[in-house]
Amino acid sequence: MLLIYCPYCEEERSELEFRQAGDAHIARPTNITELTDEEFEAFFFLRDNVKGLTYERWRHLNGCGRFFNAARDTVSDKFVTTYKAGLPKPDISTLRPATEATVETYEATESNAK
Amino acid sequence: MADLIGADLATRTLPLSGFHGGSGAASLSAAAPATRLSLRAKPDAVAALSLALGLSLPTRPKTSASSHGRHALWLGPDEWLVIDENGADMMGAVASSGTLHSATDISHRNTAVIVKGRGAEVAINGGCPQDLSLGIFPVGACSRTVLGKAEVVLFRTAEDTFRVECWRSFAPYVSGLLNEAAEDAGN
Ligand SMILES: [Zn+2]
Repeated sequence: MLLIYCPYCEEERSELEFRQAGDAHIARPTNITELTDEEFEAFFFLRDNVKGLTYERWRHLNGCGRFFNAARDTVSDKFVTTYKAGLPKPDISTLRPATEATVETYEATESNAK
Repeated sequence: MADLIGADLATRTLPLSGFHGGSGAASLSAAAPATRLSLRAKPDAVAALSLALGLSLPTRPKTSASSHGRHALWLGPDEWLVIDENGADMMGAVASSGTLHSATDISHRNTAVIVKGRGAEVAINGGCPQDLSLGIFPVGACSRTVLGKAEVVLFRTAEDTFRVECWRSFAPYVSGLLNEAAEDAGN
């Protein structure tokens, strides 16, 4: 079972209490009525779908109910860190454990996934 | 319309009326009717709302406050479940607080199962992934969480007793799942 640290509940909880809620740090345009269709498409639909480190919104749905952000590795499913909504992207280079090698496969890390 | 005078009034049926179950390790019973509030407010309203309710609304995760059969359970940074076992009118109390807040009477949306016994933790863990050991989830701790596919609010009222609040339409599922798990907890 994956454990996710909720920055509002201040403890790790089971993944069963959470829902993923799309990419984080997507700035809503302030001039949305003036956008072209292409610009709106880019803002509303187009996502990077990166392999590796990604920033996502999560919601502690069956818990405190709060949305927060998470930096997560899409290959290993490992959560690098979570932080409250509204805070800037954390500097991941200072957070990543130095001992951890780059993850190549899900299977390689399944045993220590948290 | 005059015909309606003297007509039988509808009687409210409790979703788990008369329910008893469980095992020697963890007994299950339906909680008595209570009034309940879903209360939401910003930090600047907490003091006045606390005064109006006669207890200190908790502001730390997983904590509660109790006074004379009334319990305020922290659900989120701006959200509480307030339960009054004496059926008091809490909507009136918070309305007179003079603060900006949201209060919804959910007395009849929720019902509760009391799980009691040395196997109470094991019975609830049959469907709930939280760590319920005394050090992590002490007496007075509370949390919204899941029990199988249903959302519940757990409230530990004694070392061996939990109140499991659920929406009334989930009561047959929640009580059934707890009953199975309570039997397993006895083994
Ligand atoms: Zn939370």
